[in-house]
Amino acid sequence: MQATRRAVLTLQDGTQFEGYSFGYAGSVTGEVVFNTAMTGYPESLTDPSYEGQILVTTFPQLGNYGVPPQDGSDSLRRFLESGRIHCRAIVAQDYAFHHSHWLAARSLAQWLEEEGVPGVYGIDTRALTKHLREHGSMVGKVVVEGCGDVAFEDPNTRNLIAETSCREPMVFDGDVDSEPHRFDAGTSAGGDGRKTVVLVDCGTKHNIIRCLLRRGLRVVVVPWDYDFTDIPYDGLFISNGPGNPDFADATVENIRKAMAIGKPICGICMGNQLLAKAAGARTFKLKYGHRSHNQPVRLAGTDRCFITSQNHGYAVDSATLPPEWEPLFVNMNDGTNEGIRHRTLPFFSAQFHPEASSGPRDTEFIFDKFKDML
Amino acid sequence: MTDRKKYRKVLLLGSGALKIGEAGEFDYSGAQALKAMREEGVETVLINPNIATVQTSQGMADRIYFLPVTPTFVEKVIARERPEGILLAFGGQTALNCGVELYRSGVLERYGVDVLGTPVQAIIDTEDRELFVERLAEIGVKTIRSEAVATVDDALAVAGRLGYPVIVRAAYALGGLGSGFCDNDEELRALVAKALAFAPQVLVEKSLKGWKEVEYEVVRDAYDNCITVCNMENFDPLGIHTGESIVVAPSQTLSNDDYHFLRSQAIKIIRHIGIVGECNVQYAYDPESMDYRVIEVNARLSRSSALASKATGYPLAFVAAKLALGYGLFELTNSVTRSTSAFFEPALDYVVVKIPRWDLGKFHGVDRHIGSSMKSVGEVMAIGRTFEEALQKGLRMIGQGMHGFVENRSMNIADIDAALTSPTDRRIFVIAEAMRSGYTPERIHELTKIDLWFLYKLRNIVDTAFELEGFNDLEAVPRILLKSAKERGFSDFQIARAVLKETMDFRRSAAEVRRLRKAMGIVPVVKQIDTLAAEYPAATNYLYLTYNGTENDVDYTGDGRSVIVLGSGAYRIGSSVEFDWCSVNAMQTARRLGWRSVMINYNPETVSTDYDMCERLYFDELTFERVMDIVELEQPHGVILSVGGQIPNNLATRLDASGVNILGTSAECIDRAEDRHKFSAMLDGLGIDQPRWRELTSFADIDEFVAEVGFPVLVRPSYVLSGAAMNVCSNPDELRRFLALAANVSKEHPVVVSEFIQYAKEIEMDAVAQNGEIKAYAISEHIEFAGVHSGDATIQFPPQKLYVETMRRIKKVSARIAEALRISGPFNIQFLAKNNDIKVIECNLRASRSFPFVSKILKINFIDLATQVMLGLPVEKPAKSAFDLDYVGVKASQFSFARLGGADPVLGVDMASTGEVACIGVDTDEAILKSLLAVGLRIPRKAVLLSTGSPRQKADMLDAAHLLAKAGITIYATGGTCQFLHDNGVPAIRCYWPSTPELEPQATALLASHAVDLVVNMPKNFTGTELSNGRKIRRAAVDLNIPLLTNSRLASAFIRAFTSLPVDDMEIKSWEEY
Repeated sequence: MQATRRAVLTLQDGTQFEGYSFGYAGSVTGEVVFNTAMTGYPESLTDPSYEGQILVTTFPQLGNYGVPPQDGSDSLRRFLESGRIHCRAIVAQDYAFHHSHWLAARSLAQWLEEEGVPGVYGIDTRALTKHLREHGSMVGKVVVEGCGDVAFEDPNTRNLIAETSCREPMVFDGDVDSEPHRFDAGTSAGGDGRKTVVLVDCGTKHNIIRCLLRRGLRVVVVPWDYDFTDIPYDGLFISNGPGNPDFADATVENIRKAMAIGKPICGICMGNQLLAKAAGARTFKLKYGHRSHNQPVRLAGTDRCFITSQNHGYAVDSATLPPEWEPLFVNMNDGTNEGIRHRTLPFFSAQFHPEASSGPRDTEFIFDKFKDML
Repeated sequence: MTDRKKYRKVLLLGSGALKIGEAGEFDYSGAQALKAMREEGVETVLINPNIATVQTSQGMADRIYFLPVTPTFVEKVIARERPEGILLAFGGQTALNCGVELYRSGVLERYGVDVLGTPVQAIIDTEDRELFVERLAEIGVKTIRSEAVATVDDALAVAGRLGYPVIVRAAYALGGLGSGFCDNDEELRALVAKALAFAPQVLVEKSLKGWKEVEYEVVRDAYDNCITVCNMENFDPLGIHTGESIVVAPSQTLSNDDYHFLRSQAIKIIRHIGIVGECNVQYAYDPESMDYRVIEVNARLSRSSALASKATGYPLAFVAAKLALGYGLFELTNSVTRSTSAFFEPALDYVVVKIPRWDLGKFHGVDRHIGSSMKSVGEVMAIGRTFEEALQKGLRMIGQGMHGFVENRSMNIADIDAALTSPTDRRIFVIAEAMRSGYTPERIHELTKIDLWFLYKLRNIVDTAFELEGFNDLEAVPRILLKSAKERGFSDFQIARAVLKETMDFRRSAAEVRRLRKAMGIVPVVKQIDTLAAEYPAATNYLYLTYNGTENDVDYTGDGRSVIVLGSGAYRIGSSVEFDWCSVNAMQTARRLGWRSVMINYNPETVSTDYDMCERLYFDELTFERVMDIVELEQPHGVILSVGGQIPNNLATRLDASGVNILGTSAECIDRAEDRHKFSAMLDGLGIDQPRWRELTSFADIDEFVAEVGFPVLVRPSYVLSGAAMNVCSNPDELRRFLALAANVSKEHPVVVSEFIQYAKEIEMDAVAQNGEIKAYAISEHIEFAGVHSGDATIQFPPQKLYVETMRRIKKVSARIAEALRISGPFNIQFLAKNNDIKVIECNLRASRSFPFVSKILKINFIDLATQVMLGLPVEKPAKSAFDLDYVGVKASQFSFARLGGADPVLGVDMASTGEVACIGVDTDEAILKSLLAVGLRIPRKAVLLSTGSPRQKADMLDAAHLLAKAGITIYATGGTCQFLHDNGVPAIRCYWPSTPELEPQATALLASHAVDLVVNMPKNFTGTELSNGRKIRRAAVDLNIPLLTNSRLASAFIRAFTSLPVDDMEIKSWEEY
């Protein structure tokens, strides 16, 4: 047996699950959510949309292929989705103490240890998932033996978008391996024939940046509340991000201004919710969200269907869309909104993750559509 | 939704007899397709001679033809039935090949039959190697290319382009002669020079040995929507056939990038080829980069797709059938949740391990190494929440006396390195031994290329074993260790053996572990397979047990409404789809009678493990421990263990001792029939005759007994299924030699020697009794004389050549046995008959292999009756009897010798067939001809090679030889046979054995040039020298795909049939019409 400390996951309703600690030995609190993906824990852990959350993986074996190297910069990692781990903790049935993969630079446990994130294994994650399914996502805490207790704290009461967004605008105008540089309104604008896309960073996954760069676009990444309307851009992209969209009123205001400018706008996940809010629709919190690699969506009014990667706790209420807007994609399991578009103007967005990473890549064409509009 | 053509009547081709590489999975696929058609109101016609399958049961297809799946017969059925569409994807390679031939010859077009689902051109694109490589190159997908060269220099040039290592294959050479791996120019030069000495060309290709092998199951609808339902990773790296490898689902060692890169490629491929339905894409994947090659694409349901369906709960064949009718995936519902869409990709929250089941010990001379060709005869699927748990379960399920990965009897391997690098069917256990003797995972990885992740997981199991072995007293083992052992898949038996070592008592100690752990609250929990990892509730009860969990997914109320049916486990020689048919029928009857039908089985190739066949399916072990776990949860009304073959039957005594209500015949009576001594004493008491036998422990006793009964004698250990390790010995020499082996087979049980009666008829009695009174019975007759295992024999029902007197005696004796054993349920007795004397040779108080055969020929479902009996309902004797039938059914056996390199394809007392068919005819000739054509025999047009063994056999064959000569077929014969034929006025050309290579014509040369298109070869006797004489000829016939018969009675029957009855005169009638 591996000699490890006990760790207890307690939900706010008092339900307890006992397991063992790996990675960092420390106690934390966060919103407990489950993800049914079978691969992609390095990507998920660094996905800013998980800020403040304790991630439960339903796939029982964790850490099998270790963790890839931290190539690139904090602003654009090569194999990860941001500069650091955003999950508060990760919980699984079983942890592989010996990983195996040619690309692995270290084990998951080592990485968690380095970044101060506790891992828990030996928990009946299926029972836990069923509990969350029946009672909804809820706040919980991981208390590791000998590390003291913590109080419950709901991350959704904070502006998580602000916490994960970049502080200063920056420009990417090389390839996916190049370093960004500081944005300077004078020198950063155009001139080389490359189209410029402003990416509003609500907690963006780096693969959104990579997907845009791979299409030969210049990407100006701006903080969530930055007024980008002075920048001469060809298209606006609104990223994914954590938590409740109601905290991002500043972004919504800027999107409204951009809609008046009329250049193409595309959004992903949080971007979908913020575009919808800018259009005048409402959002609501799902009981336990969509977090998986197997969410089926249908292109509204067609026979075209796609398997998508998803990670969201809030959704757009399609019924509240104004008449000039329409649903673009619909979830085939629960009928919730999976994207919207303007009936006449080049504004559209997806609730799922066309940039994948992790997950299926079947909808990456959305970036092509966006590029074609510029 | 767009308009689509509405089909009224559709033809489905089955896969015929079970054979290595094409087994029960196609019963499952076909049954699902029929179910889908039925749901759509489409009338179905099924052609499948495999009478033991579930798909050929009443209520599955509207019309069933027990006919060979060959273009000739299929065309006749098409002409008769005029279906509008045909389904080719559900009957394996047999159906696919037949369909492509019908397409090419224009038959389908002539009769206006649409191929539903994947277009034939797409099938051809994937089947033809050159087209396949070309088609994938069009979209930039890499395949394994080989280049043909005729000189050493050309070979060097190719290797320079491909990069070493390369593999060299001699073109047109059988048995991999002249093939091998080369790491550099020097090795290549040597090997190619050698290969070119006996082949005009050699193929050079890049060697991917050691690469990972990964497979994706992909589905596409007519609207171009695609999903990958499951991916799977082979535990054994490339070089070992997928059918021979342990397979894990989903993949464990692929990163997200790896997984989705290969997934995207698979979707790109299915779109480009234009599949509508399901296909699998098999990859070789570099363990050191993201380089890959596509190995192959199967444009049909496959063994993998059956496994993927069971592994995920996604009914691939059912969905593929719906897509073939033109549905879009978005129009179908997930059949597990019944609320979400079928357009999705299952998320697993468990680990699945598939392990092949081999039976190589049954064949003389077979090479035990596993490699690029498939030899396994079945497989198991184990589910757990850790790899360790699933693997250990699986190793118990394969049923070869292993208790898991560790705590097995030591194997005494002389050279572990060699046993690791050149794998046999037992390599997984070699790994365990290697680890115990200090091999590190890294070292084993070097030798095997098995991924380190798997090896470290196996190491966890060994570590736990070591920890347990540190204790000598069960009470001293700490709870945390006990729990961890159970989480890593240890059985109570393994724990007991690890702790108690030699002092353990085989039964009591495991029970002691059970008691201790239960007292500590260490019990398994029941989990559902729900396709969505608990995201949505499941509406079905597809279940498994695990120790990695704290909560049951099922609420048990203890209402006593459950009836548990124990399934058959892994298919193996001697136990296969027929017991699945029995299990399914027992469940259906129980369900119909208002009970909650509960199935326990772990064979992914079956219909009984389809979660919509019963109310609760436990996809789990059939060990005593696990069955008791389930019984304790279910609190059932009772357990049925007489329909799944020998595995459940063997549990009778122990379950009974634990207070489980066994439905039907009592455990005590089952034991009386199973135990040779008790049974014999009972027969003596009843005055029923049996061949003289004795259980003996010393050579002196054996000699004395043999002096009394005379040679030949039948030698076997007691309590073994299907005649394993049984042999006929004709002289003292053979007897000594075999006894040396038998002693190794089973130390606990002494050797049983019986008199072997030659030239006796063998007769089967299949029956159902209630409270000792026979309610229904079927007597059938073997074509071959006793000496050919009943599982290999050709059997006809109703009997055509039995004396009425014999039949009456058999009925009487059976009635007395049924009464004495107070049988309530199914049973089978085997008899020998010679001159109206009958002797009992075996009695099983369970359903036998021939139950589906006699049930379907007689059209009385014996299992339905038996189940009613076991559930306590009064059963009337059916009004109909075999005498009312004006047709004959003949059951013939399918052999898979071609797959088993080196094995002598001769039949004996040990069973060797892998499957069977049965066809119906107006008389024996017609039925036998249909059924032998259905197992792959072809009618000779040119010449027959005869070497007909002993004088008696020569005489037996004389009439047939006359018929051949009359039909204008040339006869070649070896020395004695030729002389005998000439003496009796039959023209024959003499040919020569391989032992006199200077004389012409050589028998083997006649085969090699295909001058001969049927070989009849009988060994004179069972001596080693005689067997090896004919072996070369028999083996050559098998390797050259020339039909071979090795029994004079069967050969005569076949020759009589095809010389008297032209194929076109045979009656084509569906089962319903007889």
